[in-house]
Amino acid sequence: MTTSKTEWPLWEIFIRGQHGLSHRHVGSLHAADAEMAIKNARDVYTRRNEGVSIWAVEAINIAASSPEEKGQLYEPSNDKVYRHPTFFDIPDEVGAM
Amino acid sequence: MYAQMIKSTGQGVKSLDEMEPEERAFQERINAGGKIEPKDWMPEGYRKNLIRQIGQHAHSEIVGQLPEGNWITRAPTLERKAILLAKVQDEAGHGLYLYCAAETLGVTRDQMTRDLLSGKMKYSSIFNYPTLTWADMGAVGWLVDGAAIMNQVPLQRTSYGPYARAMVRICKEESFHQRQGFDIMMKMANGTPAQHKMAQDALNRFWYPSLMMFGPSDAESVHSAQSMAWKIKMNSNDELRQKFVDLTAPQAEYLGLTIPDDKLKFNEETGHYDFSEPDWDEFFDVLRGNGPCNTERLAARNKAWEDGRWVREGLLAHAEKKRSAKMAAE
Repeated sequence: MTTSKTEWPLWEIFIRGQHGLSHRHVGSLHAADAEMAIKNARDVYTRRNEGVSIWAVEAINIAASSPEEKGQLYEPSNDKVYRHPTFFDIPDEVGAM
Repeated sequence: MYAQMIKSTGQGVKSLDEMEPEERAFQERINAGGKIEPKDWMPEGYRKNLIRQIGQHAHSEIVGQLPEGNWITRAPTLERKAILLAKVQDEAGHGLYLYCAAETLGVTRDQMTRDLLSGKMKYSSIFNYPTLTWADMGAVGWLVDGAAIMNQVPLQRTSYGPYARAMVRICKEESFHQRQGFDIMMKMANGTPAQHKMAQDALNRFWYPSLMMFGPSDAESVHSAQSMAWKIKMNSNDELRQKFVDLTAPQAEYLGLTIPDDKLKFNEETGHYDFSEPDWDEFFDVLRGNGPCNTERLAARNKAWEDGRWVREGLLAHAEKKRSAKMAAE
């Protein structure tokens, strides 16, 4: 992606909803600096009370895994079914656990 | 629709057997209802087609602010003015969500803007019609946003993740737009005889241009067949147009307004309304740039871009200065 010198950088926006949840990625926008990114994020992504807190991160600062690494990153956990509680049979007479 | 006459590869849809393994895996994922994300492999045609489609959709949202912005200062009450402002602000937001989605495909926002301003990229034909009276604000919300919803609701399931997610946000907000339009129409249609006449006049002028929004019949189009195989187009143009007429005709009846079409009639056999096609020569003429407001709309966007130049450059310079000062202080 080429960015000309006159183009404002791209920011990724994360918003915390009202129910004590984590910040969640909602989209991106362009802004000259962080302060403006947050102001714009308020206008673009919280026009209907969608959030109580905004994070803005310049897109170039985000490191992301690539789709080609999917196998080596996630397959090792496939054969570790014992990490899920349902792996263990608990007799009914023990009750809820 | 907001994206009309999008040309894809035009070579017809390949069967899975004709595809290289990469493309085959891609198509199988789409067939299974999976999503394609920005960093995933995708055929060049898919990428290009999506940039054109999402870009045109975004431009339509932005240019679509102009016919409504025309009435902000002349809204009949303060409440109507506040509502219209909020609606036009939403359209700017919709444009932004869509530009962001297009940018994930490797095109910059500035490039798309330049292509709009030069006339290389299009926006929906509907926004080249003027809004002459306050009743037009009702007709635009009711009919134009109503027609847009027909297309945007199924696009929430489109195969490209960022586009689908933008559509989810847009659809949530769009029903406010349509309802506020219908609300204006109700008020006008049930108002004084002069107001009723204005409502009827707005319907007369916006009915066929709204039908044109879906584009001409694409039952035979190879472009549409490819887009549908890629799930970046979910329904044929005729299908959506019929759905729109079926939903809108009873609403017009409720308003006590007459849709300007002698042939419009519910067909007991098909369970759908029969209706007249719009004038497709007019549609192509508007797309070629000869609609009533093409020149005015593009001039307004170009002026906004030029007038805003010093702000864009100034804020960038200011951010740069602040960054340098901060670094010097550290």
